[in-house]
Amino acid sequence: MQPLPAPISDWFASRGWQIHPHQQALLDRAGNPALLLVAPTGGGKTLAGFLPTLVELTGGTQAGLHTLYISPLKALAADIRRNLTVPATEMGLPIRIEDRTGDTSQARRRRQRADPPHILLTTPESLALLLSYQDAPRIFAGLSRVIVDEVHALAESKRGDQLMLCLARLSRLAPGLRRVGLSATVEDPDAIARFLARHPDPCAIIRADPGPDPDIAMLETDTPPPWAGGGGRYAIPEVLAEIRRHRTTLVFHNTRAQAELFFRDLWMANEEGLPIGIHHGSLAREARVKVEAAMVAGELRAVVCTGSLDLGIDWGDVDLVIQVGAPKNVKRLVQRIGRANHRYNAPSKALLVPANRWEVVECEAALQAVKAHDLDGDPRGPGPRDVLCQHILIAACSGPFDAGDLYSEVTSAGPYAALTRAGFDACLEFCATGGYALKAYDRWQRLMRRDGLWSLRDPRASRDIRMNIGTITDTEMVKVRWQNRLGGQPLGEVEEAFAATLTPGETFLIGGQVVRYVGLREMALEVAPAPGREPKIAVYSGTKFSTSTQLCDRILAMLGQESWPDLPASTAEWLALQREVSRLPAPDRLLVETFPAEGRPHLCAYGFAGKAAQQTLGLLLTKRMEEEGLNPLGFVATDYATLIWGLDAVPDPAPLFDRAALREGLEGWLAGNAVMKRTFRNVALVAGLIARNHPGARKSGRQATFSSDILYDTLRRYDPGHLLLEVTREEAMRGLVSFGRIEAMLDRAGGRIDLLALPRVTPFAAPLFLEHGRVPVEGAARERLMDAAAERLMAEAGLG
Amino acid sequence: MSAYAFTLAGAALTALPSGALHWADQGCLTVSDLHLGRSERYARRAGALLPPYEIVETLSRLDADLAATGAGMVICLGDTFDDLRAAELGEAHALWLARLMAGRRWVWIEGNHDPGPVGLGGEHRAELRLGPLTFRHIAETGAAGEVSGHYHPKARLAGQARPCFLVDDARVILPAYGTYTGGLSCDDRALAGLMAPGALAVLTGRVARAVPMPRRRGDG
Repeated sequence: MQPLPAPISDWFASRGWQIHPHQQALLDRAGNPALLLVAPTGGGKTLAGFLPTLVELTGGTQAGLHTLYISPLKALAADIRRNLTVPATEMGLPIRIEDRTGDTSQARRRRQRADPPHILLTTPESLALLLSYQDAPRIFAGLSRVIVDEVHALAESKRGDQLMLCLARLSRLAPGLRRVGLSATVEDPDAIARFLARHPDPCAIIRADPGPDPDIAMLETDTPPPWAGGGGRYAIPEVLAEIRRHRTTLVFHNTRAQAELFFRDLWMANEEGLPIGIHHGSLAREARVKVEAAMVAGELRAVVCTGSLDLGIDWGDVDLVIQVGAPKNVKRLVQRIGRANHRYNAPSKALLVPANRWEVVECEAALQAVKAHDLDGDPRGPGPRDVLCQHILIAACSGPFDAGDLYSEVTSAGPYAALTRAGFDACLEFCATGGYALKAYDRWQRLMRRDGLWSLRDPRASRDIRMNIGTITDTEMVKVRWQNRLGGQPLGEVEEAFAATLTPGETFLIGGQVVRYVGLREMALEVAPAPGREPKIAVYSGTKFSTSTQLCDRILAMLGQESWPDLPASTAEWLALQREVSRLPAPDRLLVETFPAEGRPHLCAYGFAGKAAQQTLGLLLTKRMEEEGLNPLGFVATDYATLIWGLDAVPDPAPLFDRAALREGLEGWLAGNAVMKRTFRNVALVAGLIARNHPGARKSGRQATFSSDILYDTLRRYDPGHLLLEVTREEAMRGLVSFGRIEAMLDRAGGRIDLLALPRVTPFAAPLFLEHGRVPVEGAARERLMDAAAERLMAEAGLG
Repeated sequence: MSAYAFTLAGAALTALPSGALHWADQGCLTVSDLHLGRSERYARRAGALLPPYEIVETLSRLDADLAATGAGMVICLGDTFDDLRAAELGEAHALWLARLMAGRRWVWIEGNHDPGPVGLGGEHRAELRLGPLTFRHIAETGAAGEVSGHYHPKARLAGQARPCFLVDDARVILPAYGTYTGGLSCDDRALAGLMAPGALAVLTGRVARAVPMPRRRGDG
């Protein structure tokens, strides 16, 4: 057993602390090339990760960078800096600790490059940017350890793939580099270990004691939840009562818009003026920092928040977590619950607030899953090639490279271990020439091969490449700030599409306040306060998760029960009514209802395949209906069902669900739909085909950027085999399209389709009429409606 | 009928769904802002390597419009090329353009992207008067019977944004005909100020659709 050096053991002793077994294990195996620690929230993960570094730096002989700490959140990096600096100072260790994120000033960043600290805390994107500089080999030459915090969260997105490519590069710059991953409880730690390790190095997994089971229940309310929609505002009196009863409460929401609305109503109901804050990713940094500081100081009784607080910032004394809206995913729920009682070996306390009747069922299923320790998750696919393209461009920024060397470096990253040389070469070709069948850019290649090494043809390109580093391709956002005469301070941001719908004088919600849109200046929305006015809601798309397969299966199993004594009476009655007037969906069948409503024929298919797959099903079914002249107009999808409406009734829906035909539809439909175009836009941004719109750098006014949709259509027509179309397709099949889950649903149903023609809307279908996100179908019926809209507008203007 | 017919200063004109303007009585087809060579200009300047198919795509549409209308005269309202260097078309594209020009009166109006003379045949003009109409690149206030381009107007209908013609009693502003061209929403002040109350926006697409020109509240 590795003993602690005196300054550190004295510090532990002075606090009366014992080192945890998993902290000791990390210390004992500090020499391993890779280690993965799996520990619940509050298990002293971060300290465990840093202990070997503190031990190695005790001597005070280290010059330059020793440990790099990567976190998925800027806030986390700053938080860890604070939390690490205190003990390091108290131990009297001669260590310089700094963070470096998008929020760090230019001057400080330059200084960090010239004279790096011993411990640098940063994000994957800031690391990628550092690696793009020509002095990267100098900065990282002496690096000994890299700690990847919340590695389970990073592994869920392209940010993780990019980070692993960066680690592969770091391992080449600093050959003795050791990696440590810190992960929350996950369903498949081996997969995370393979993801993290330098391929083919081994990666041992250290498991901390998982601690006691959480104390978790559904919040009981006087008012039953509404039929549809999200937000859970009906439960505000009970939520407020719980906040009053506890020391500090985190109120989690699934989207930013819901958090805003809930916060506003909570504040209006908060007659005794309990200190309550709001925190989400769209708020201005100043606003977030203020809430974080108040939280750390113990001044807040509650924070209404979103996933921006999912990861392990230490907020101290949280004793209750309230999850508003169905958790969609058991693993994330467990991690959120862990935020309550951030102390090891104390049970966490959590309450679930379903937002509507469907979510009551889903919350009950989630409670059962948590109690059964039954976590969910999808296996991770191979590393996406758009991320690799960006990595190649970043490599070119840092200096000339040999293709073979870069290939072997890339395949040492877990996600790219199986990448073929041909696959790599296709990405290199894309970066160099665009990879088009028509070799048009021989004279204007982006990368050129000179003396066997690849480099940028025009060094000016490195500026654009650096500006576009990163894989987060959220919707375009526009900054919101107070009018100049009110001080001009930033409030946050809203989606560009939402900003475009505003006209001066209109009001919306941001940071819990109602504001009035005054005008657009320097690409920012200027606003003034508008207290008491009814707001137009800020529509943040946020991250929309699909309910996991495992939760859907549990829900279907629950629907098969004779009665539902565990569910609130209002929900149980609703299920019973559906059974009476129609039928309840079952795991081994597919229920399809048809009925007239709102003067139009409707069709509702209960696939329980998650929102993305139900959405795809909507696109495929309407495509087939279009071909058969059934004039579909649009559809809406939830995690459980797809509702389609049109101009004509569907006499026999069964052939629509023919698997071969759906597959064929997928091939044809993949061609031109909006989901594919959105996916393509993300891929094109990551791969560097199109640039992000940077505020300030954006061209003003006319002839601004043309849409990526045009590029997509052009490529499809003239270059259907292009790399980016392939990548788009792969990504869509896994993500937004989720065709795999449709196939699983069809397998489950095995051709047993129950078709019920009913006289009116059914209890299960009714909530779908209130859902947002209706998707119009681009077809003959839509053209007819556009004609009608044009005619009506002309007639209104007296021009008909 | 997939095109939209209207009258300007007594001339009977048709806005085609492709974005071209047809004057049947004169056998004249007018297009604006082709921006040929934009993808190569980006590549030359070390920007992105866009799919290099925009010239083919734009010329295909022009070819189809000429075949459909049988026009004997073509007016390009400027910004035909993205810059002067882009005017050095590759051989295949130059031949294609030459074939389109053969046997037709072809007038190049100067634009702000390609102001100088280009080494192609045809006439070069700052502006052109033809019957009651004046063809120029950028609309001038107070003009009458004016056909211009430059602004790349776009409008929204039922949630769809499309390039559009803007039409009132004094002028028509053409949409950009080129494939890689962005657009300016027609409720922008620059356009709102030019177009008279009661102006129409004619959206391009599968068919040409006329609607009252969308304006911001307070712009009249």
